[in-house]
Amino acid sequence: MRTPLYEKHVEAGAKIIDFAGWEMPVTYEGVREEHMAVRTHAGMFDVSHMGEVEVEGHGALAFLQRVLSNDVAAIALGGAQYSCLCAEDGGVLDDLFAYRLGGDRYLIVTNSANHAADLAWLGRWSRGFDVAVRDVADRYAMLAVQGPHARAIAGRVLGIDPPPRMRVAAERVGRRPALVCGTGYTGEEGVELLIDPEVAPAIWAELLDAGVVPCGLGARDTLRLEACFHLHGNDLTPQRNPIEAGLGWCCKEATGFVGAEAVARARAEGTAERLAPFKIEGAGIPRQGNPVMLGDEEVGTVSSGSFSPSLEIGIGMAYVRSELAEPASEVEIDVRGKRRAARIASKPLYASPSRKER
Amino acid sequence: MADASYPEELLYHPDHDWAQVDGEQATFGITWYAQDSLGEVVFYDPPEVGAKVSKDSPYAEVESVKAVSDVIAPLSGEIVEVNEALADAPERINEDPYAGGWLIKVRLSEPGELESLLGAADYVALLG
Repeated sequence: MRTPLYEKHVEAGAKIIDFAGWEMPVTYEGVREEHMAVRTHAGMFDVSHMGEVEVEGHGALAFLQRVLSNDVAAIALGGAQYSCLCAEDGGVLDDLFAYRLGGDRYLIVTNSANHAADLAWLGRWSRGFDVAVRDVADRYAMLAVQGPHARAIAGRVLGIDPPPRMRVAAERVGRRPALVCGTGYTGEEGVELLIDPEVAPAIWAELLDAGVVPCGLGARDTLRLEACFHLHGNDLTPQRNPIEAGLGWCCKEATGFVGAEAVARARAEGTAERLAPFKIEGAGIPRQGNPVMLGDEEVGTVSSGSFSPSLEIGIGMAYVRSELAEPASEVEIDVRGKRRAARIASKPLYASPSRKER
Repeated sequence: MADASYPEELLYHPDHDWAQVDGEQATFGITWYAQDSLGEVVFYDPPEVGAKVSKDSPYAEVESVKAVSDVIAPLSGEIVEVNEALADAPERINEDPYAGGWLIKVRLSEPGELESLLGAADYVALLG
């Protein structure tokens, strides 16, 4: 599949890879430059492969409260909230943002690899609720504009007033209805634009002309890893519950969501392993699947690993024995047979100076 | 990054490695195509001097931000020198893959292997 911006990526000289069935740009000029553009200026990512699901009806709140881990009742009109979608056993099926667009109308944004399964899951659980669950992925192109100057440039170029963090505003972009969200996946200020696919290429071109740097999925991954944002498929899976993933903060078991009992049990009893960010102390770049070692004992597995362009060292997140998942714990990562000294760190691994809060 | 080039005086291995043979000794590195496919090199851990390398087998790894790539020996022998400068400046592999970006120097053990390598024109043809 191709996004409405595919031709723009090819024009810009992108290297295209397959990502969950989508032909997506992994990089244009180099992952490191794109990463640093977002940290110091403004970059844009085509994330049109992500899915959108509209949930509407008198039962929308009750239904979402049942399927999403967070307290959906706490989302004000025009608000945004992060949640897990859990199975009955507490396993994380997906992680997603829910936006409240109207009194009884919500939009949720899914990971592309999980979109079809999420839709089926939501459809199944919607029975008995007065609610319509609609796949509206074809209705939107999605563009993330991120970086210390992203909001100002997007505001000026698109003639919009970007909403504050964790808010969504109905705007017009390219003379078509659009949603502008104060969210992102980079640890920088920015906006995510849900726009009409037909105007997406023109909007991309306008932002490009204004100096916004096109960034691929490579930089998206290194940026989110520095910020310690989870990637479903790596750091979150149906075999892991939100507690061991460090996402207890977005689980409100009192709402009775699917999986709440399992999550409550994991929270009360603790989990054998926990997800922890770490930094390599010297040379070496950890990669997904590398064993975490303590002496001769394997005590965990790297779920995401990369070179950090901001810190210029190897960084990652790993599921390790809970007693070791504390800042300053010293472990080693077995990187293809070479032991690399590492230290468990606190979140985030890199904190943007242009942002005070997570 | 420099433009694509494949110097005539080098010999090429189909796994995108080059060798510059000087009598019993040879210098190894990766080709312009290899470094371009990998992207910017951010880490290279040189092998040990004295280690043996075998034709067609990996002797080192080069890493970009997102990927790890084995470096294949185009010929067999013993490592006599490594490019220590790359530990601090691995980007030289991108900037100058045939000179400043050389990886190791080897005393060759199987001179007969030379015949199996490709000339520049044949290697470029292989790239299509």
